[in-house]
Amino acid sequence: MSNSKPRIVAFCCANCASSAANVAQGMKKVLPENVKVIQVPCTGRIEILHLLKPFEEGADGVYVAGCQSDSCQYMEGISKASKRVAHVKKVLQEIDMEPERIEIFELSASRGGRFVDVAYEMTERLEALGPIL
Amino acid sequence: MIVAEPKPVKEILEMVQDSKKILIIGCKGCVTVCNVGGAKEVGVLASTIKIARKKLGIPIEVDEFLLERQCDPEYVDEVKEVIGQYDSVISIACGVGPQFLSERYPLARVLPGVNTQFMGGAVEHGIWAERCAGCGKCAIHLFGGICPIARCSKSLLNGPCGGSDHGKCEISKEVDCVWDMIVRKMMEQDRLGELLAFKPPKSWITARDGGPRKMIREELVK
Amino acid sequence: MSEYKAGSNLEKVLKAGHFAFTGECGPPTGANVEHLKEKAGHLKGCVDAVNVTDNQTAVVRMSSWAASIILLQEGLEPNFQMVCRDRNRLAMQSDILGVYSHGIRNMLCLSGDHQKFGNHPEAKNVFDIDSMQLIYTAKTMRDEGKFLNGQDVDVPPRLFIGAASNPFAEPFEFRVHRLAKKIAAGADFVQTQCIYNMDKFRRFMKMAVDMGLHEKCYILAGVTPMKSVGMARYMGKSVPGMDVPEPLINRLKGAGKGKVAEEGIKFALEQIEEFREMEGVAGVHLMAIEWEHKVPEIAERAGMLPRPVV
Repeated sequence: MSNSKPRIVAFCCANCASSAANVAQGMKKVLPENVKVIQVPCTGRIEILHLLKPFEEGADGVYVAGCQSDSCQYMEGISKASKRVAHVKKVLQEIDMEPERIEIFELSASRGGRFVDVAYEMTERLEALGPIL
Repeated sequence: MIVAEPKPVKEILEMVQDSKKILIIGCKGCVTVCNVGGAKEVGVLASTIKIARKKLGIPIEVDEFLLERQCDPEYVDEVKEVIGQYDSVISIACGVGPQFLSERYPLARVLPGVNTQFMGGAVEHGIWAERCAGCGKCAIHLFGGICPIARCSKSLLNGPCGGSDHGKCEISKEVDCVWDMIVRKMMEQDRLGELLAFKPPKSWITARDGGPRKMIREELVK
Repeated sequence: MSEYKAGSNLEKVLKAGHFAFTGECGPPTGANVEHLKEKAGHLKGCVDAVNVTDNQTAVVRMSSWAASIILLQEGLEPNFQMVCRDRNRLAMQSDILGVYSHGIRNMLCLSGDHQKFGNHPEAKNVFDIDSMQLIYTAKTMRDEGKFLNGQDVDVPPRLFIGAASNPFAEPFEFRVHRLAKKIAAGADFVQTQCIYNMDKFRRFMKMAVDMGLHEKCYILAGVTPMKSVGMARYMGKSVPGMDVPEPLINRLKGAGKGKVAEEGIKFALEQIEEFREMEGVAGVHLMAIEWEHKVPEIAERAGMLPRPVV
């Protein structure tokens, strides 16, 4: 009868996403406890395997938060990440899992509110989808 | 290089549905270059299978191995100590790999993890296209260095056919009409006369039509 | 020694200098012999020979050789067709002997539409030899009495050898050279793809005549009357190698409801009129597919009747 929250892993880039995180802190907005953040230098460095591993280890959902495409610190990082997230969505579909369990969000550096909002958004989405089984 | 594409995961899951412990073997050769069978892909396939089986409530143990190539006995030998432990072995090398493994390890249950397609090269990052059909008697010099056997949908030697449509093959707008390319090239090089010479029927004996082939270097055979 | 290569009616008509008129009849997608006889019946007496297609558009139909024999039995002269898509050189040489032994005297050698178009796209692609090489094969069997491997044919099959020509495919400059190549390989007559762009065809014929091709081979101009604006659009967009000029489509549209088919026939009749006078054109090949019942009317209005008896 566990009503535990969905376990979510969030890959956040060290630039826009982290700036947004700092802004959020300043706004006294806090990420929900069920979201574990992994900071990466740039979302472009995230490999397909990194996106799959959390599911292997029991996560209910994964998301990537990075710069917006026209202001990515490393130019193409976010667009590479986008393609890899799209690929993992296909993989999930092939194994009869909902592609909505993985997502990518583009944040601008100042949007602290948004940074926290997407975490709640994913949580709600995954609660609606239910656990993986 | 040999170009292959990954088999649908569902197909692979079906093949290993009764297996509890499997080994995935990748190859550092051609399939690494076309991103379907190298180290990364071994990892991704292993993870995908584990996730899928976890969801089904029938966990599976998946180990990973990477060979330099799977088309040479000395590399295939490298898994001899471990291969006996597995219910199934998935090779994500080209069609040669799983066969060499099967021959070398007759007791192993070897499965193909990719669909091998053609001999070709990268035309753009992420896109590989067919260039050679392995006919066994290369004559591309007669066609401006372009192969009509591999690249013409009808393998015409006296093309183009009437279906050549603004540089595209009648079968699809995605396929270039190779004869259009050949004719234009030869016209540009002022070598039209060579194309007007009648090309007689091809001998397919040297191709796969003549039976499975071997290539022997006498000076190397012990 | 016969003055004719094969002695078919078509050959005799052309050799005597008459303007030839050939038709077309597709075999049924089943063994419906009655329907075939009915369709072919419309053409009797109106044309010098009838093309019998070979699994056209890669859709399985009664084989061309079988339908050709039926037409022969009905008193028509078939133009037996063979494509390179479905048969290897053994089957082809074998079928050439077979059709000849049944009295067939005309053979059209074509590449064939790729099977991806048809109703069995998963079939194996044969294309052992191409259309040019098939022409050469038929000629070698006839004139040298030899198979492709050099061995003797005990009774050489004497067929009047035909080929297709598409003046409208790209690159345009090359098409007349390809025609020359087919003639050199052994084509006795060619039928062109159906023509709508008269301007382009006139240019093509000028090049062919300049090269003297009309003296080595009989060139028949392809005509298909447009039945509707939809047909005109479809052919222009979806049929490879087809050139349908916009003015023609407008002309058909302008004819008004219910009158488009008649306008299409009028255009075809104008074409036939011009072809009769055009240098190098030895006849017309009318492809009124699934409209065979209109052929007698078109033949009459084009002044093609009665057909010459040689």
